[in-house]
Amino acid sequence: MVVEIVRERLLYEWDFVATLADMDLLLLGLWNTIQVFFLALVFGVPLGLGLALGRMSRILVLSQLCSFIIEFFRTTPPLVQLFWFFFALPILISVQMTPFVASVLTFSIQSSAFFAEIFRGGINSIDKGQWEAAKAIGMTRKSSLTRIILPQAVKRMIPAFAERSIELLKTTTLISTVSYADLMFQANELASKNFRPLEVYTVVAIMYFFLILTFSQLTIRLEYRLAKTGEGTLR
Amino acid sequence: MTNAVEIRGLRKSFSDLEVLKGIDLDVAEGEAVVLLGSSGSGKSTLLRCINFMEEPTAGQIRLNGDLIGTEQGGRMRYHEADLCKLRTRIGMVFQHFNLFPHMTVLENVMEGQTIVLGRSKAEAKDKAMTQLLRVGLEMKAEEYPARLSGGQKQRVAIARALAMDPEVMLFDEVTSALDPELVGEVLKTMLQLAEDGMTMVCVTHEIGFAYHVANKVCFLHDGLILEQGAPQFVLQTPETQRVRDFLAGHSLFKLPN
Ligand SMILES: Nc1ncnc2c1ncn2[C@@H]1O[C@H](COP(=O)(O)OP(=O)(O)OP(=O)(O)O)[C@@H](O)[C@H]1O
Ligand SMILES: [Mg+2]
Repeated sequence: MVVEIVRERLLYEWDFVATLADMDLLLLGLWNTIQVFFLALVFGVPLGLGLALGRMSRILVLSQLCSFIIEFFRTTPPLVQLFWFFFALPILISVQMTPFVASVLTFSIQSSAFFAEIFRGGINSIDKGQWEAAKAIGMTRKSSLTRIILPQAVKRMIPAFAERSIELLKTTTLISTVSYADLMFQANELASKNFRPLEVYTVVAIMYFFLILTFSQLTIRLEYRLAKTGEGTLR
Repeated sequence: MTNAVEIRGLRKSFSDLEVLKGIDLDVAEGEAVVLLGSSGSGKSTLLRCINFMEEPTAGQIRLNGDLIGTEQGGRMRYHEADLCKLRTRIGMVFQHFNLFPHMTVLENVMEGQTIVLGRSKAEAKDKAMTQLLRVGLEMKAEEYPARLSGGQKQRVAIARALAMDPEVMLFDEVTSALDPELVGEVLKTMLQLAEDGMTMVCVTHEIGFAYHVANKVCFLHDGLILEQGAPQFVLQTPETQRVRDFLAGHSLFKLPN
């Protein structure tokens, strides 16, 4: 009996023809995934910096507010956040969300909470003497931050930043649940159409693999380039 | 003649710890003043109050006659923008150099000039090279700080402060983090500055430097200036037992003459 099943599994005949014939569906999904990912980074990174600076602010109210936002989005499941933005928020502000807007909104804010902690860690890791030296030549806190502290902090943050972005990219598969046509959604559609889930999800896994590989290669290259000038995490 | 720095009734507390308890100090233009005192006596705090890295709790500070801050209801009020401007007029050098590691030596020395003083790149570069030449490091202009020795780093830090054309230079134990054989080159640079007529306030444990270079030595104890005067007096015929003990501790292992 067991032998039967094993033989049956081994005898599964792979057939990629149907899947590859509908490759354009998957590529469209890939493109949609990249769009959400890219926009979540574009909005999430600056928002994360803002939250980090807010959290480190000497203004107590601001600091506590930012801490709360960061902790809230770090500790609630992304799927719950997505549903909240997609189903609940429109009721409150009576604006219809498209799946795309809800997805970008959710993942921008969600990832900004994580980026905020990376920024905070990076900024705090810079020696206090750097702030002092900048202050002593008459720099304002703002130019000390942008000219002296952040350029050094960002270099140290890249590995953590890359790690988090990859996590974000994988989490975007959740947006298929609000019918946004990302790669995962397209895969589900295709699999239920051509009855070849094994092939479809294999192809999709490979696509995610290469997408993330490309991204992480880019960050490693960036890290090396920055390491060349002065201090860096790599040598 | 107005003094370069004039300190009256300076007090500084950190929460309930009073570190400076009423300091009066005059630094004449072109004078080199050395602050001595045991650890925790408030030397760094005094120095850092002069360029408002720390805001005094009470008292007044004048820089070349200009009263810093505005008096309001019997208290001094300080605006951050004014303090930033003030700090450009006072150079400070730290024990741990604090060079900007992501910039070359030249960029380190140009940064304050372009970003704070708004000088053009060309002018800033010109002035930076002049100061690097002065500290003997013009050939290191394109290097990153990580590739310099401690003594070289400290001389770059001095050049960075000098490039702002400060009216006063503050030195806080600038040789304490250096290997012994590198101390000399930094002290020599400071001596050269003093000879060029730079107004300087130095915290140092180099008693020999104090003796040979300072016009005035101040001994801080417990937040007050216990003794001050020409180095010959304070260092050779101190009036108080406290200073005698301090000096004895510093020359415990002197080589026989
Ligand atoms: N930012 C601060 N917050 C709280 N206490 C401080 C702060 N800076 C200095 N102090 C305290 O003030 C006192 C004097 O410190 P200061 O650094 O001025 O001494 P110092 O004479 O420079 O000593 P050292 O020779 O060790 O450098 C010390 O007791 C120190 O702990
Ligand atoms: Mg000190």
